[in-house]
Amino acid sequence: MNKIDIINKLQETIQAAGNKNFNQKLAKTTVDTIIDSIKDAITKGERVEIRGFGSFSLRKYKAYKGRNPKSGEVVYVEPKKLPYFKVGKELKDMIWKG
Amino acid sequence: MTKADFIAKVAAKAKISKAMSEKAINCFVDVVKDVLKKGDRLSLVGFGTFGVARRKARNGRNPQTGKPIKIPAKKVPKFSASPSFRKLVK
Repeated sequence: MNKIDIINKLQETIQAAGNKNFNQKLAKTTVDTIIDSIKDAITKGERVEIRGFGSFSLRKYKAYKGRNPKSGEVVYVEPKKLPYFKVGKELKDMIWKG
Repeated sequence: MTKADFIAKVAAKAKISKAMSEKAINCFVDVVKDVLKKGDRLSLVGFGTFGVARRKARNGRNPQTGKPIKIPAKKVPKFSASPSFRKLVK
């Protein structure tokens, strides 16, 4: 599944809820805005928490000595920051317990 | 940022009502949940991919009693940010 599927699904859902003029263009803008807002917040180091789903945040990793698994050579990994999604309890249980 | 803050932010940026923004965010979350429930992947270009990872069964130990226990195999939801998003936060 990709973005177009989620756009179509959103359009369907909102129209079914009675907003007939919620067209595909508006659905696309909305999905893009949701994604961009999460990206914006994380880039600023803010956290976005959606109960029952999970939270998006920026995780900082310290520098460490790693090893190239192929050659066995020691490599120094610089400190880094990466976007992180912490899965909410409800979602975790849903996937695991069905 | 709580969900309420997020709803307000999306509403202002997309120029839609808060009610509509809330519906859209709920729908977004539901779609992701549905996809994961089916064991499928959802890739969003420029953002990342939601998927399901399998964890093998392993032997653990109760840290309090030291008793060995079996941890069964399980499935966990995961999200990996796309390369462009990773670059953005660097």
